Amino acid sequence: MKSARWSIPLAIFVVLMAFLYIGLYRDPREVPSPLIDKPAPAFALSQLHDPERKLTNADLKGKVWLLNVWASWCASCRDEHPLLMQLAAANAVPIYGLDYKDKPDAGRAWLAQNGNPYTASAVDLDGRVGIDYGVYGVPETFVIDKQGIVRYKQIGPLTLDSLQRKIMPLIKDLQK
Amino acid sequence: MSRLLGRAFGLLFALAFAANATKMDAPAEGNALELRMKKLETELRCLVCQNQTLADSNAELASDLRREVRSLAEAGKSDDEIKEYLVARYGDFVLYNPPVKATTLLLWAGPFVLLGGGAVLWWMILRRRGRASSGPVPATDPDVELRARALLERAEPPPAG
Repeated sequence: MKSARWSIPLAIFVVLMAFLYIGLYRDPREVPSPLIDKPAPAFALSQLHDPERKLTNADLKGKVWLLNVWASWCASCRDEHPLLMQLAAANAVPIYGLDYKDKPDAGRAWLAQNGNPYTASAVDLDGRVGIDYGVYGVPETFVIDKQGIVRYKQIGPLTLDSLQRKIMPLIKDLQK
Repeated sequence: MSRLLGRAFGLLFALAFAANATKMDAPAEGNALELRMKKLETELRCLVCQNQTLADSNAELASDLRREVRSLAEAGKSDDEIKEYLVARYGDFVLYNPPVKATTLLLWAGPFVLLGGGAVLWWMILRRRGRASSGPVPATDPDVELRARALLERAEPPPAG
């Protein structure tokens, strides 16, 4: 009974410390998306470089693709852009862009200046498709499989680490 | 000095209000709808500034979502349907009151479990203390009692504390 006097507070302390320690390494801004393992929301939007033509997610059935949400006004899109360029150069996976709440002119100018890694970009002028995809922090990147199911969502800029450890292995796996 | 400060603050407030006024959303027709919007917007979270409701937030996404909520309401959707619409896109996190389910059970039950645990602990300590101090005085043999009385009579009043 004597040992209970200090062992119970000690146990509570250890549990609390464990929770706080795990909490240190979690990003509160990363909200798990309810879209994972669900069909990607349908869209049909004008293409940035060819406004007469539409880009729809139905066209992309049958291949694994990345949907990268970006905008010319988005500062951290600049950070991830070199990675997207490399990914496009390696031809590993088709990357489609969603130009989110952006002026098409500004979007085109931004790509002309920084390089265009996208097979095509769709223009989401009023952000409605963004809402359907649960976008709240541009840039965001979705991995969508051959059946059109969302498999992964990266909130915030892509990093070399997230590409190498999560996204590329997942894409290889899905492409089989 | 203080008058100057007061004026400066007055000006600041006026500016703040003016800035807000331009950011207001277009008023909806009908007071009932307006009240419903206000209530819904205070129950939904802005995902950009996570500790603000949709009603409080000035973020662009919040105003987009307010617009979305409004158009859904005007299309005759119920409050629950509107919430479902947002949860399907952003997850339970958009609700300020998370729903009770397996993953949120600890969140909902936690405070009551702690309260109950504390009450049980309190009761146990009280019981143990009660047993130690006010239990029936054990009968001693007359010899010991006499000696104890003698000791008590000789003793000084106990020091305070």
